[in-house]
Parts: sequence; C-alpha cells; structure tokens
Amino acid sequence: MIAEALFFSAILFTIGVVGVLTRRNALIIFMCVELMLNAVNLSFVALSKMHGAALGQVFVVFVMTVAAAEAAVGLAIVIAVYRHFGTVELQNINLLRG
Amino acid sequence: MVRAYFPLLLLFGFVALNAGLILAIGALTVRSRPTPVKSQPYESGIAPLGDARERFSVKFYMVAMLFIIFDIETVFMIPWGVAFRQLSCAVALTPAGCPAGQVSFFGLSEMLVFIGILLVGFAYVWKKGALQWD
Amino acid sequence: MPLDLSVPASLVTALLPDLIVMGGAMALLLWGVWRPEGASGRPVGVGAIGVCLAALAAIAGMAVQGITAGPGPIAIDNFRWATDAVILVGTILSIALADDYGRRAEPVAVESHALTLLAASGMMLLAGARDLILVFLGIEVMSVAVYVLAGINRRSARSAEAALKYFLLGAFSTAFLLYGVALVYGATGATNLTAIGSALAASPPGPGSMAVIGLALMLVGFAFKVAAAPFHMWTPDVYDGAPTPFTAFMAAAVKAAAFASFARVFMEGFGPVFVRWHSVLWWLAALTMVLGNLIALSQRNLKRMLAYSSIAHAGYLLVALVTNTTEGAAAMVFYLFAYTLATVGAFAVVMALAEGAERPQDVREWSGLFSVRPLLAIAMAVFMLALLGFPLAGGMGFFAKWYLLQAALKAPAPQTRLAVLLVITSVISAGYYLYVIMVMFMRPRPADAAPFPDTPAWTRSVIVGAAVLLLALGLYPSPIVRWARSSSLQPTTATGVPSTPEALRITAR
Repeated sequence: MIAEALFFSAILFTIGVVGVLTRRNALIIFMCVELMLNAVNLSFVALSKMHGAALGQVFVVFVMTVAAAEAAVGLAIVIAVYRHFGTVELQNINLLRG
Repeated sequence: MVRAYFPLLLLFGFVALNAGLILAIGALTVRSRPTPVKSQPYESGIAPLGDARERFSVKFYMVAMLFIIFDIETVFMIPWGVAFRQLSCAVALTPAGCPAGQVSFFGLSEMLVFIGILLVGFAYVWKKGALQWD
Repeated sequence: MPLDLSVPASLVTALLPDLIVMGGAMALLLWGVWRPEGASGRPVGVGAIGVCLAALAAIAGMAVQGITAGPGPIAIDNFRWATDAVILVGTILSIALADDYGRRAEPVAVESHALTLLAASGMMLLAGARDLILVFLGIEVMSVAVYVLAGINRRSARSAEAALKYFLLGAFSTAFLLYGVALVYGATGATNLTAIGSALAASPPGPGSMAVIGLALMLVGFAFKVAAAPFHMWTPDVYDGAPTPFTAFMAAAVKAAAFASFARVFMEGFGPVFVRWHSVLWWLAALTMVLGNLIALSQRNLKRMLAYSSIAHAGYLLVALVTNTTEGAAAMVFYLFAYTLATVGAFAVVMALAEGAERPQDVREWSGLFSVRPLLAIAMAVFMLALLGFPLAGGMGFFAKWYLLQAALKAPAPQTRLAVLLVITSVISAGYYLYVIMVMFMRPRPADAAPFPDTPAWTRSVIVGAAVLLLALGLYPSPIVRWARSSSLQPTTATGVPSTPEALRITAR
C-alpha cells in the first residue's frame, strides 16, 4: 500500500515537472508546481504511516499553509504581470534578456 | 487487498446504470419543443444578465486571495483542538483528566499568539481597504 | 549550561533575535498603514533599521554570554550568530537604499521595509535551523517576501517580469527541495539534522537509494536557491529587473542565508554520507566558477554583470562547502561578510548613478566617472577590487579568498584542483572587474554625456560605510575568523560523532 502511494506520488511529481518544463502559460506552470507540492504531501503522509509517527503529517500541515501563502502571492504577481503585458504567456514576457 | 475495493466498484456500476436509465427514460418519453427561454443557461431561476465569458473585476481575485490565506489557518486549529486537553496539562493526562494543580495555560497562550499574528495581518488588510467592495 | 530546547521558555530565548525581527516587522506593518496620509516614509525606515540593530545587540549579547543549546530544532553556535550578523548588515544597508530609492525615482510602498524585515527573519531562522521543517519554513518565509520585493515597483513592467520569473523558478526549486526532504524523512524517519546524521551513520551498508535520491533532490533545490550553475538561469533576469535595493538584498542576504542552511544541512545532517555528495558538489563548484566568470566577461549591462559575478561567487563559496570542515564553514561566513559589503556597495553605486529605475545601465556610460564623481568612482573601485580579491586595496576581499583557499587546501580531503581553479577563475574575473575600473578612471568623459544625478544622503552613507568597513576589516581580519571558527558547525562523520581530521580522511576515501 505504501509502495503504491509512493509510486503514485512520484508519477504526480514527474507530471508536474514535465508540465513546468513544457508549458508556456504562467498560470498552468504555477498549477504544475502546486501539483508537485501535493505529490510531496502524499509522499509525506505515506512515509509517516510507514514510520508509524505523526511527524510527516505535521510537515504536510506546514506545506499546505505555505503553499496557500505562495499561491496568494503568486496570483498577485500574475495579476501585476497581466496589467503590464496583457498576457500571461511567458514567450511574450521578455523585456529582460542579456 | 483488491477485494476490499469491490463495494466501490459496485457503487460505480450502480451509478452508471442509474444515470443511463434516467437518460434513456428521458429520451424515450419526452417530446422536444425548444423555445428561446428554455434554451437559456439556467441561473437559479433568475433571468441571465449576459454572457458568462465577461471579464471579472479584479476585486474577486482580491477576495479569493485573502480567503485562501485566512482560511488555511484553520488547518492548525484542528490538530490544536484535538490535542488541547493534553496541551493544557503540565504533566501527562490520566484517564480521570488532569491532576489537580497541574493545569497549564501553554496550549491556550500558543493559540492566542497564533491568532494575534493573524489579527495583525487582518488589521493591515482592513486598514488598507482591501475588504471594501467599492 | 546548555539550554534545554524542549522547554518553551528556553526555545523563546534561543529564538530571541529572530523574534525581535519578526515582531518588529509586524509592528512596522501596522505603523506604516496607520500613518497619516502622505506622511514621509523615512521614520518607518529608521524604525526598520532600529529593529535590525536591536536584533544585532541581542545576538552580540548571546554570543558574549556564550549560550549553548542541547540537541533540538535550533542551533546556537557562532556560525549562526555570524551568519545572522551578515544577514542583518545586508538588511540594514538594503533598507537604507530602499528608502532613498522610494523617494527619488519610483514610489515604493513603506510596506517594503516590513517585507524586508520579514524576509530577514526567515533568513535568520534558516541560519540556525537544525530541523528540516524549520529549514523549509525559513526558506519560504524568506522567498515569499522576496518575490514581492522583486515586484514591488508597480509602475515597472521589468520589475513585474522579474517577480514572475523569480516566483515560478523559486516555487519550482522549493518543490524539489521538499521532495528531497520527504525522501530523506522516509529513509531516516527523522527531520532533525542530528537524528538524520546518526541514522545515516548507523546504516551499515551505506545509505539506501531513497536517501540518495532525497539527497540529490535537496541538492538541486539548494543549488537553485544559491544560484549555482547549471541552476542559475533565473539570476541575471531577476537581478536585472528587480528594483536595485532589492537586487542588492537578494544578492547579499538571500545568498548568505541559503548558503548557511546549505552548509548546515549537508555538513551536520549528511556529513556521514560525505562521499556520496562530495563529487557532485565538486563539479557544481567548478562549473559555477567557470560559467559565472566567463559569461560575466561578455556583459556590458552593469546589473547583469554583477548578477553573473554573484553566480561566480556562489562557485567560490561552494568550494568551502566541498571541504566539509569547520574551517570551511568559518571561511564561508567570512567570505559572505566581505561579499555582502562589496556587492551591496556596488549595487548602491549603480543605484546612485541611475537617473530612473527603468533603464538598464551600460558600463560604458560610466566613462570618466572619476573626473566628475571621484568619491563614487573610488568607492566602486574598492568594491570591484574586493570582489576580485585584490590584496590591500580590496580590503577584506583578499583575506576572504585567502581563508577559502586555506580551508580548501588544509581539509582532510584536500581540494587542490578546486583551489587551483578558484585562483584561475579569479584571474579571469579581473577581466570584467578591472574593466569597470578602467572605464571609470582612464576613459575621458564625453562632452555630450548627460550629468549624473545627485547621490541621496543615505545612499552615500551606505557606499562610504561599506567601503570603509571593507578596508578597515581588511587591515586586521584575524579576530573575526578566529571567533567564527571557535564554535561553529561540527560536520558529523560516519561514526556519528563530530569529526576529527582522521575520521574524515577515512570517509573521503
């Protein structure tokens, strides 16, 4: 059971990584990052059960809170970018280059 | 292991069967007489105000973001509530409860500090006018 | 007597400097929003600097008293205090710059001071965190605040773009770090670094694959945060687009905190499996030094050049990490101090000479700066020479590199090749540091050149203060180093006890 959960969370994490690397829309990239974080949460819960201790679940609580704060800040930044560029497609947001 | 999920499979089957049955009965018995009013999207019985794809005011995002932040803090209160009896006792709890004279205010003060920090954020948001709609 | 960290009151004592900064940030937030409409932001800036000074005083007091702690989530050692001091000095300088930036070019809300303090509190937590939960929280408190700071100039599209890029890549790297933490927790059943160290040391055939994968993922996460190649791609864009005071803050304080935590996690927690991460970090350090310096050579935009220079310095600092010794950790903190002063100073000069926030500045615009602004040109020369590691005129910078080399060569597993590479790449870096000096001092000022704006008072104090401190501490650096070395990180070894050189030599084979 724990092995399946870990395997599943690894797959979810990989989907998130691939999404971040291939997508070009800031919002979708952000959703993929959230997917990665939740995959980690799943791992934590499974490993916590494996060790028979609550430590991993405590970690999940912190991760969830931080992810929420990050989501709020991230969406605010996305709105700020949209106001300047009129789009959230990353290929159109390229004032900075060397 | 897999056998434990058999009732779930049964439930899925039943749901699919039920849905198919209802759709089939509808298709067989109902005569279709569309009118413009009937084909409007259903908005809880109120006449629709326009296209659903209009731009939303940024205020909605503001409220949503504030909601996320303040809402998620409950996640800390539930474990705290579960452990509260032990947290307010300086020694390990006995089945009869906390021994006399060992009541501690540790758990309570921890949560008060936590809520105090949240209140700072709330006061800031309030004074900044982010909660005002107009 | 060491503090017992399982007692709440002792934990509060152990966290006193951090709590001062956090409480100060919240008080300033409320003060900033309750001030009368249109009032000057300067009192808030003064208050923020006051909070930092109070925290510095608390740190000094605790360091002088020699308080120590038993095993627990927070370390109390001179490594933590030294890192805190570096972070707070960087914070004070950035706050002073931010205040001038706000009144001169672009309106920056007074909340920026509160956010800077919040970020600093996260960094300070990071400097002492001995539990992976606290490491994660520290990184996030720091990062979330800095994402906002990068985009705080709401009129600038470049600032918004920098914030978006920093946010997306920062969150991405955090996810890697977190997955690594999860796997390490799975392999060892602990998040406390001491417990992880002894669990890894106890497993007889060496760490299992879960621990190794977790280690690798955490390494990727940290490498992103300290901007080591090949995970450095975000740095130039973000440093270029962010408002200059906060670029200085990112380049100095964020890097110091990330490196401190990197060192503590890897030396204390993963010390027993040193052989497993040693070669990866070796290559990371080599690649970062070479790439950072080579790309910096081709940069003419000042902020981008300084960004690549900061990547190169991340490479030098990684050399200290590869040594896995107390001396390495002490040399790292000393280097971070010199680097912080020089980098913040350099960005302060860039800010002083920019008339608007929007336009990127080309080095060649500084032609003949010495003839119109001698003081600024001299200060910039000091910062460049310090970053280069030039003796005497570079002040602390030379000794910083010197101690780093010493730590690398004297380590139980001597890093001779890395030390040679460090010297070679430092020579390469002269190509761009000395170019700036050459342009300022030897090129004539074009007749049609636009005049430079006046330097605001606080910016001038930051520039002069950083330059004087660099030179003064360069005259007599040994007490600081001795102090940093006296009670520092103790890398754990395969036997689970703090290392002796002999034990480490065996591990390194």
